[in-house]
Amino acid sequence: MRTLKWTTTGLTLVFLVAPLLVIAIVSVNENRYMDFPPQGLSFEWYWALWTDLGWRSAILTSLTVASLGALVAVAIATPLAYVLRAYRIRLSPLLYALGILPFMLPPVISALGAQVFWNAADHAGRIENVIIAHGIFFSTLPLITISLAMETMDPALPEAAQTLGANPRTTFRTITLPLLVPSMITGYAAAFVLSLNEYIIAFLVAGFSVQTLPIKIFNGIRYGFTPTIASVAVVFIVIAATVFSLFAVFGNLLRFLGADPAILERNDA
Amino acid sequence: MQERGGLRLQELVKRFGDLEAVAGVDLELPPGRLISFLGPSGCGKTTLLRMIAGLEQPTAGRVFLDGEDVTDRPPHSRDIGMVFQTLALFPHLSVSGNIGYGMKIRGVAQAEIRRRVDELLKMVSLEGTADRRVSQLSGGQRQRVATARALALEPRLFLLDEPLSALDANLREQLQVELRLLQQKLGITTIMVTHDQREAMTMSDLVVVMQAGRVEQVGLPLEVYRRPATAFVARFIGSTNLLETTGAGDGRVRLRDRDLAVPGADRSDGGLVLVSVRPEDARLHVGLGAVPNAIPGTVVFVRDLGELFECYVDCELREHVVVAGSPRERVPVDQGDAVQVEFPPDACVVVRA
Amino acid sequence: MSDRKPTHGTYAVLAVPVTMLVVFFLVPFGIMVASSFYHRVEGGFYTPAFELNSWRRLFTEVFIERAVFSIGISLLAGAVCIAVAFPFTFFLTRMKRRPHVALLVVVMSALSLSEVIVGFTWSVLLGRAAGISNILVWLGVMDEARAYQPGFVAVLLGLCYIAFPYCVLTLYPSLSRLDREVTEAAQTMGASPWRTFWTVVVPISRPIIVAGFLLVFVFTLGSYLISAILGRPEHWTLSVFISDQASFNANVPFAAAMAIFLTVLSLAVVGVVTVVESRTRRLT
Repeated sequence: MRTLKWTTTGLTLVFLVAPLLVIAIVSVNENRYMDFPPQGLSFEWYWALWTDLGWRSAILTSLTVASLGALVAVAIATPLAYVLRAYRIRLSPLLYALGILPFMLPPVISALGAQVFWNAADHAGRIENVIIAHGIFFSTLPLITISLAMETMDPALPEAAQTLGANPRTTFRTITLPLLVPSMITGYAAAFVLSLNEYIIAFLVAGFSVQTLPIKIFNGIRYGFTPTIASVAVVFIVIAATVFSLFAVFGNLLRFLGADPAILERNDA
Repeated sequence: MQERGGLRLQELVKRFGDLEAVAGVDLELPPGRLISFLGPSGCGKTTLLRMIAGLEQPTAGRVFLDGEDVTDRPPHSRDIGMVFQTLALFPHLSVSGNIGYGMKIRGVAQAEIRRRVDELLKMVSLEGTADRRVSQLSGGQRQRVATARALALEPRLFLLDEPLSALDANLREQLQVELRLLQQKLGITTIMVTHDQREAMTMSDLVVVMQAGRVEQVGLPLEVYRRPATAFVARFIGSTNLLETTGAGDGRVRLRDRDLAVPGADRSDGGLVLVSVRPEDARLHVGLGAVPNAIPGTVVFVRDLGELFECYVDCELREHVVVAGSPRERVPVDQGDAVQVEFPPDACVVVRA
Repeated sequence: MSDRKPTHGTYAVLAVPVTMLVVFFLVPFGIMVASSFYHRVEGGFYTPAFELNSWRRLFTEVFIERAVFSIGISLLAGAVCIAVAFPFTFFLTRMKRRPHVALLVVVMSALSLSEVIVGFTWSVLLGRAAGISNILVWLGVMDEARAYQPGFVAVLLGLCYIAFPYCVLTLYPSLSRLDREVTEAAQTMGASPWRTFWTVVVPISRPIIVAGFLLVFVFTLGSYLISAILGRPEHWTLSVFISDQASFNANVPFAAAMAIFLTVLSLAVVGVVTVVESRTRRLT
């Protein structure tokens, strides 16, 4: 059993980490063409991310689409999640299914649907199209996080507020909404990160006029390679690892992932 | 004692689909007192409280507060203060944020809120905790904050839904006394829901015993204990011996070929008369000598706990008869001894089924 | 769900997100369904019509081959992911604090990589310039560097890589809650840890294993970039094929027909498995 444990964990670790290492090495290679062993050390490809206009513009476009798209996603999800859980609505399961359907289907379906929609509306190739499409597609994530927060909220809290004299609107503003903010932020963050990385919807909806980062990277892979792509990858990895490490240290990463709260005490014992 | 907070519950009914949680409750409750709604889970006591609070709408019936019909008024305009079973303290607000919430939404000035919060904290012995977060408090402290919050606006009604159920036994008993003393000092009309009959007995001016959506008995705690109206009340509050006797005339019943004097018995047709006798009122007699109002039996089990002793006697009835008493009243018996169990007439209560 | 009755204001608030979902999801989906019947015009456009040409093409060998391949590789990826992720997560949940947290950070970091980055890194790793084979040549194990991509295994590895963290996260909550005493009880009855794992842990976890498998299946079915980067046209999934038809081949009606097929397939698979799972759970 112990050999199974070590082989599984070890191989998986190698599997997960190997590509990250390789890419880190490639990103600091002096030579323009990838080769191994690396010829020299250079950080010029990281510098290019800043100086090259194409990369700068792609990064900016992606950040714009992600920040606004995630905003749309949360704007759609919040009223939906709140009303469906706080009131007795007859079509509630159906509406909830509508909310999670976009994300559950393969993205190419949403992508194609959005493409024909905007073509029919004679509004093709604009960045707003991508923002809205991402907002709709990723609205499932905040919908789930906010619904979960509503479900785990003590139902007596808004009742207590009412007994203290708060009408329904004041109750929502002063009690419910502040307690939903963490889940709204989590939903926003998830939608933001996924939008940043999303390719196919952005491509089919406005790929020839709006170049997001994944589109630029994919084109780069297909048509010609620069190690700058590798440096983008490394930056992504470093940011993610930092964020999650901070979360693990200062936040409660395990509980966030749904673990039994007592698990670490039990294991350490 | 306050004069405000008189409640009239007029034939209240609450149905959830097919389930009738409250099946017709009609009560007139005096102001200024601590009234317990006592009963097992599912008896409807919490639903009744929530209808008084306005958190549930009655299926039928009306609620009157100080003569006004408040049935259609939402909770936020009923002038009540409520402590919930989960306490429902707002996790994102501090202690003073919680207590001052009602004042804040009414636009009271910050300085005045602060003053009143400090006053309330002093009242519940929590001085100095105003700026702490709820998560930093112990169970007992949280309970006190919930109490202070409910009383902050000096409401007409103080409602408590099993407020101490989440606390451990020692803390419960301590807080029972504290809450009662507080209520008496303020004189505020208080309605408390509980399933713990000792809690109800400790704290209440009036006990409303409920079962299956109906009121079984209303009365002073000791009265409900001494003179239970029904078999359910007799069994739910304390423990009792329920004797299935047959009616044998005015003030007389028959049990196992013996005639017993039971005041209040009035059947002469041989029909069933249920008689309740508390274990501590029953008396053990050794030997077979003539004892009035007694039936014979064999000792099955003796439980001597030092501070009290209990004797289980098999009198060939449906259940063993239990005789209890303090150490001073201990009768020297062992398993297998033949005894007689006396039921003194003034301890016998006729109860409805 | 609460008991409260909705007011007019409630419906007004609800109308905003619902309208957006209807307008920007259901309507596009509807237009897409309609366009599957349109007449395709050479050169990229399509005119409204009612033809079944595009639907007929679903019965051609070209499409069937694509569909079978897609479904097959997704099933395979699901099986491989679960086979590795389940024991991995099981051991993870029993680890002490430091390695436990460290491994979770690694998994989450892998999860946050975008698909294009993953595709890119694996193309390097399996390529001929700076990949595994180069390392092996450098170590003297191999004579000459080889490229393993584009290829079937490359696509499979890539799909497993992107799906793996999601699989772990699905299994993690319930495996962390697995009652230790259950496995201990089995061991006191004489089962070795190996036996316990197979006869106790796995059966108890069956619903979550099914959920994880399903997740990987649907997730990889929808994957575009991995297959496009790491595979030759014969390794393209349906998503790539559809997207290709919609953009470069300019045959939107056909793409739409295939997309609808894919939708029905995804929903059917999820539906069937869910029903079967709940039925069998009721029996046990």
